[in-house]
Amino acid sequence: MRYLKADAGHPVSFTLNGRPVSGMAEPRTLLADFLRREIGQTGTHVGCEHGVCGACTVRIDGRATRSCLIYAVQAEGRSVETVEALAAGGELNDLQAAFRRHHALQCGFCTPGILMSLSQLIEEEPDAGEARVREVLTGHLCRCTGYHGIVAAALDVLAARKGNKDV
Amino acid sequence: MKPAGFDLACPDTVAEALEVLTEHGGDARILAGGQSLAAMLNMRLATPKVLVDISGLGELSSIAEARGMIEVGAAVTQDQLLRWPGLPAQPLLAQVLPWVGHYQTRQRGTVCGSLAHGDPSSELPLALALLGGEVVLASRRGRRTVTAAAFQTGMMQTAMAEDEMIVAARFPVAGKGAASAFAEVGPRRGDFAIVAIAAVADDSGVTLGIGGVADTPAVRHLQWLNDEGLADALNAIAWDLRAGSDVHASAQYRRTLVRNLGAKVIREARDALSQG
Repeated sequence: MRYLKADAGHPVSFTLNGRPVSGMAEPRTLLADFLRREIGQTGTHVGCEHGVCGACTVRIDGRATRSCLIYAVQAEGRSVETVEALAAGGELNDLQAAFRRHHALQCGFCTPGILMSLSQLIEEEPDAGEARVREVLTGHLCRCTGYHGIVAAALDVLAARKGNKDV
Repeated sequence: MKPAGFDLACPDTVAEALEVLTEHGGDARILAGGQSLAAMLNMRLATPKVLVDISGLGELSSIAEARGMIEVGAAVTQDQLLRWPGLPAQPLLAQVLPWVGHYQTRQRGTVCGSLAHGDPSSELPLALALLGGEVVLASRRGRRTVTAAAFQTGMMQTAMAEDEMIVAARFPVAGKGAASAFAEVGPRRGDFAIVAIAAVADDSGVTLGIGGVADTPAVRHLQWLNDEGLADALNAIAWDLRAGSDVHASAQYRRTLVRNLGAKVIREARDALSQG
């Protein structure tokens, strides 16, 4: 049995956005803090730290997950994807571009988490409609936009990926 | 906030997990999905010395239907149960699960973890109580099966001993000729419900499960009555549950929700029954 003592650093390795990363973490180190402080990837934002606001949402093995409710050592060996993965080669991906077009962000604090949730939804449920998009968005707080532009951006990408519409 | 320090045990078997629990007793807590527990640790509402991570245990990862029960292992997430092809055997679970937390928390949060947490307003304890399900507990001393009614003893309190853990929950499949419905009202979809009500109806009447009002889910059976009779019965239940006022809602508002949501789920379950 793996047994990790408190107040000691333990090596952690996983795949982050397709590349291997490693660092040291105490058992209590949240994945969000590990990403930001140990790895230096600050795209993932930390808001409420108790799973309510959704700003820190990342994808672990493809699944949208609160990185403030999972410990860094639990990510050992897994594949973690953060907002930094989306703009491959420095180009905004279709969802990010749609966010810009629809004014789906203002201050941008909540945006990295929302993008990760919607990325999973769009990949797994190409037929998702507005009600489903809004249901997924209940897991995120945005205090700027009123969500309207976010919903419009998601629906735009869903339609475009089905080949129904030019983006 | 950040959690206080803890040891993290990652057992490879249930037997190893039980060894850690036996050794540390009340200082240890089982960590499954962590969608309630990790938040409590972050807020330092809980400061266990040892967390026992059972999320990767293969022997707790299955869902199976046997002897009229859907048995859900302690590492099964709410999302996995929601996507399980056998779920139509108990439509109430299919109705309730989309209301458990959010899309993002259901992908880690476990069914049994919700039961262990025992929040009075949460949906899965309500479903287990209404359906007359049971919880399988394990310790080094052996295994025992506890009914839902005996399991949840109060607000976030259960009959689990310090050296015990949930290994599975069992939800009865729907009876022939039964229909169900569910509704809840909360500040935001996915937040804790202010009041949640589920109904299971058959020819003999309707059984209601009511969460968010009393310390534990309340189950009440009603004979079929005319609409006026049902309204009177719901009013009596609303008062009987002794709703309290808090920052989320007044007692009066909770009673109003019991009457209105109660009428709504009874109507929906009755309609589903008549459509057979």
